Amino acid sequence: MPSFDNILNAFILLSNFVLLPALTYGAQLALGALAVTLVYSILRFANFSQANNMAFGTAMAILLTGFFQSQGWTISGFPTALLVIPLAIVITIICLLLTDRWVYRYYRINNAKSITVVMVSIGVMFIMGGLVQLIMGPEQQIFADGARFIWTAREFKTFSGLSEGLALKTSQLTTILLALLAVGLVFYFLQKTKVGKAMRAFSDNEDLALLSGINPDKVVFTTWLLVATLTTIAGVLFGLDKGFSPLQYHLLLLPVFAAVIVGGIGSPLGAIVGAFVISFSEMLLTYAYKKFFIYLLPTSLEPDSLLQLIGTEYKYAVSFVILIIVLLIKPTGIFKGKVL
Amino acid sequence: MTYLTGKNLFAAYGAVPILRGCSVGVNRGELAVIVGPNGAGKSSVMKALLGLLPSKGEVLLNGKDISALSTQQRISLGLAFVPQNNNVFPTMSVVENLEIGAFLRHDDYQTTLDEVYTLFPILFEKRRQLAGQLSGGQRQQVAFGRAMMTQPTVLLLDEPTAGVSPIVIDEIFANILALKEANKAVLMVEQNAQQALSIADKGFVLVAGKNAHTGTGKALLSDDKVRRDFLGG
Repeated sequence: MPSFDNILNAFILLSNFVLLPALTYGAQLALGALAVTLVYSILRFANFSQANNMAFGTAMAILLTGFFQSQGWTISGFPTALLVIPLAIVITIICLLLTDRWVYRYYRINNAKSITVVMVSIGVMFIMGGLVQLIMGPEQQIFADGARFIWTAREFKTFSGLSEGLALKTSQLTTILLALLAVGLVFYFLQKTKVGKAMRAFSDNEDLALLSGINPDKVVFTTWLLVATLTTIAGVLFGLDKGFSPLQYHLLLLPVFAAVIVGGIGSPLGAIVGAFVISFSEMLLTYAYKKFFIYLLPTSLEPDSLLQLIGTEYKYAVSFVILIIVLLIKPTGIFKGKVL
Repeated sequence: MTYLTGKNLFAAYGAVPILRGCSVGVNRGELAVIVGPNGAGKSSVMKALLGLLPSKGEVLLNGKDISALSTQQRISLGLAFVPQNNNVFPTMSVVENLEIGAFLRHDDYQTTLDEVYTLFPILFEKRRQLAGQLSGGQRQQVAFGRAMMTQPTVLLLDEPTAGVSPIVIDEIFANILALKEANKAVLMVEQNAQQALSIADKGFVLVAGKNAHTGTGKALLSDDKVRRDFLGG
């Protein structure tokens, strides 16, 4: 039987390397998945350009961060990016509204089939991806400034007297707080405000919404407003945590879509739950458990191998496999959404 | 000239003509019924009046031509529609469904809400429940209530008794008469032609997108040709 200290150490180790990062990553995915869900249930197409829109929002935030830093406008301890998020959101809103005006509106007015609009969104995805690479270049960029940690692993160890430390990164705390705030506001907006109810009504039964005098243009406008806000916040938080590179963002499309489908397409709550299912699966399956079991098992049973189920380079495969399992076994997802 | 008039309406689904110059009309405080065989264009007339189906011809409301207006503008002028199917917002609560009905209103709609609850007490009881979980008859009541929330002058009802039990049918017809007594113009499409014509002030028999017979409900019911061709005896 392992000592109490060892159990505690094992738990802290897992929290530091799996649980806290998964919570952070899940929160970032949740915001992106919520944006996909809003577009799907109100504008009625699966938006493949979501991940690249996140890259665009982040690119804007990076450029603005550079400008703010050069002007000396920073907040002590926290990343400058937080200061520029509102401005980056405004630019992303304009960008998405223009995309709608120039591209999606045509298909909406002509009552195009959903699959047609999906193909169109793939086109938008490539253009948006190209645009971002043109502006930012293909290399990885780190734009997080300010203090890196709220407290470090070492500080935690001194404080607790344990041999394992649980560090809290600034980006992790920012992500969790900001994601909670954003999701809370979106849900409040949808449940309690008149425009939010009109959006839900439009999503539920478009014809009846029109018959109740709801203006479809206003619903579409408000949807892009919310989507651009969520998209930018999701992108910036992911970038602060893991750095920015156009390709890495492009690849986010898979876990974001997996989250939406696992949760149930069209269900906002499902998108959030799905995001955490994906993030925790990815982290739990790619972590090397050797040290964790050294704490828990007697010395005689000490593992020789790394005890890693899947290499981290296969983390995107995790989303893919979960996606396929869900589509085979329960295509409506956890919260009984629609079937693609 | 009636309060709501559709004159010489033409419409088509693609290349297939569905309305071929038919005319309907209803006054306030009046109940008019459109009957006819399947595919006669009964529901399409309503869609044309509402601007949901692109059509040629005149649509007049209180003497004003509204045929160039969008559905939303026509609704704001006092038209309300209760569709046959998909007539509620299934994932929203009963009270939210009713609130959506009052979407265009800027005054206090609590009085209208109370009126709806008085007319349909079951809706007050189930106001927190999702509309999608209600029975067919109760959903129909939600749909009626939602339409009443707009404080319309004209109500267009598309087969309000389709798929509900006979007891509920009597109840629905009673509600429709109550709406008529409240000085609304009520125009409805009805499968249940015999019963509908017996309470209607006016009836329009449509065949293949054209008016075949027009008259008071009683006159149509006693017309041998109408009885033989459309009412099954």
